[in-house]
Amino acid sequence: MSAQGAGKQAGGGFGLLSLLSRLRPLLNLFTSLAVTFIGLLAITFFIGRVMPIDPVISVVGERAPREVYEAAYKAMGLDKPLIVQFALYIRDVLHGDLGKSLLTSHPVLEDIKRVVPATFELATVATILGVITGVPAGVIAAVKAGRWPDHLIRIMGLIGYSVPVFWLGLMGLLLFYGKLGWVSGPGRLDIFYDGVVPQVTGMILIDSLLAGDMTIFRNAISHIILPAVMLGYYSLAYISRMTRSFMLEQLGQEYITTARVKGMSERRVIWRHALGNVMVPLITVIALSYAALLEGSVLTETVFAWPGLGFYITTALVSADMAAVLGGTVVVGMVFVGLNLFSDFLYRIVDPRAK
Amino acid sequence: MSKSKTPLPPPADAPSGAGGLRAWLESETPSSAFHARCVQLWLGWLKFAANPLALTGLAIILFLVFVAIFAPFLQTHDPLAQDLAGRLLPPGAKGHLFGTDGLGRDIFSRVVAGSRITLYIVALVTITAPLFGLLIGTVAGYFGGWTDTILMRFTDIILAFPKLILALAFVAALGPGIGNAILAIAITSWPPYARIARAETLTIRKSDFIFASRLQGASSARIVAQHVMPLCMSSLIVRVTLDMAGIILTAAGLGFLGLGAQPPMPEWGAMISEGRKFLLDQWWVATMPGLAIFTVSLGFNLLGDGLRDALDPRSGQS
Repeated sequence: MSAQGAGKQAGGGFGLLSLLSRLRPLLNLFTSLAVTFIGLLAITFFIGRVMPIDPVISVVGERAPREVYEAAYKAMGLDKPLIVQFALYIRDVLHGDLGKSLLTSHPVLEDIKRVVPATFELATVATILGVITGVPAGVIAAVKAGRWPDHLIRIMGLIGYSVPVFWLGLMGLLLFYGKLGWVSGPGRLDIFYDGVVPQVTGMILIDSLLAGDMTIFRNAISHIILPAVMLGYYSLAYISRMTRSFMLEQLGQEYITTARVKGMSERRVIWRHALGNVMVPLITVIALSYAALLEGSVLTETVFAWPGLGFYITTALVSADMAAVLGGTVVVGMVFVGLNLFSDFLYRIVDPRAK
Repeated sequence: MSKSKTPLPPPADAPSGAGGLRAWLESETPSSAFHARCVQLWLGWLKFAANPLALTGLAIILFLVFVAIFAPFLQTHDPLAQDLAGRLLPPGAKGHLFGTDGLGRDIFSRVVAGSRITLYIVALVTITAPLFGLLIGTVAGYFGGWTDTILMRFTDIILAFPKLILALAFVAALGPGIGNAILAIAITSWPPYARIARAETLTIRKSDFIFASRLQGASSARIVAQHVMPLCMSSLIVRVTLDMAGIILTAAGLGFLGLGAQPPMPEWGAMISEGRKFLLDQWWVATMPGLAIFTVSLGFNLLGDGLRDALDPRSGQS
């Protein structure tokens, strides 16, 4: 109705309608995002309700007098119906209020902002390692399909899928830190370098470069390299497997034969033509593996005492700090959803066939 | 199968001698549903057996089952018995094959006993999660419309969380323990099964045989349970086998974080966590249970890959 009215006034209702129909996918995207978001919150809310620990007692203490307890009970909104409590919870989260951590006595969101750069740094370095090894490995496996390089890469991948990440981390520490001394131990920096460079991004590799302090940069590298290689191994396993199957599909196409018949060098056929066409689905695979690293980082960060989001969540778990656990879960869930949507979106934009 | 005892002449399609059995199993014109089933299984097995990696996986899993069944006989010591005088002995010392841990318990016996816990977790999760997913998926796919939208939205939301983190949050809420860990893993792992089951249901719900049974007066519940669900099983089984390694790794991860099996239970992940304290000087405490987890999950991965190649004609190449 209103679109028609507006159309009569402006004399171009058709333009507005077509604009609306173009915006439709975007609108759908937002609806599904909103539904997923509410769903995520419903689950964390539900988990918070299941908890056998009385949330009031964890705030006021076990020996609080009856009146204090009741007041806190009311203040926390626990006397209201569940659906109202849920609405209040959504309101709080939208205002950036994820509650207060018992352990650090800071707001959870502030804590998360503080720890996220460390996770981001680790996951990024790991993904870069995974991509620069995984893509060539997948290409080689596809080109030599059925021969020994293919089997070797397949077995490497199988090992990556089968080994527990925390154990691999411990074995890495034992060998490269304990026995060989090639890398530094747990943590992001040696203790005497801590807090020397001014914090700009929170990522020590970048901050130390900005400050021009190469000693600290090198120290940070020697700390990050082991956990990043361990995590990167997982994306290597995933990325190489996917690259291989995408490449196999491309190598069977006719344009590859045409390129070969034209007399193009084999290297150019494979690395330019075939790989070029694989790039689009590969980008989504890389985004997904990035999201998976967030999950892997929970255990890896625990093993390497890496002060990121995963370490934050597990530390909070041990001390039954539910606000922190659920806040971290919400944030990770949202990043996960975001990355999934992003890869989907990218796929649609870059590849016209995906319509 | 009793091949030679029958005094009566066997029916034409029955196995008679080794060559006959083989011919019967490879027959191209099966004479009964049972016969067709056997032929299908046998041909699948031949394809599976031609894959040495898959056979290795099968061998590993059979070995795990064997160890779990005969655990009490294979243990050289009581897995819970502490011996503070003999703590942190290296592998091989004083009859301790894998050495002893921080409380002087025999690591070999604990790894053996842990196989039962691992198998217990895997079995419970692989029974509950796929069944629940199957129920949700077939109902959503069969009824369509709003039922479908709501159920699949729900599935997608659970799927939106990283599995381990959601499981962590659940265990944190329910309290640590092996039962809650299993529950949390099951809660987080059913959505992929629901999606598979829904996709399969969508392809068959418009089939003639479904219409036929509806015309005969079969209720929706009967059609879903008797006709739709069995047809979803084979793709589900493949997926479950592929997921078993992931279940083991998640369970071990929860154990490592102290949220799964509680001490003194010899759960492999928890044993690694105990071994962390002695990592640099007594490497074996953390190494041995980790090797066990790795071997078993490798076995499940190999088996799953082999089963997929044998049962699913679509993924022959990858």
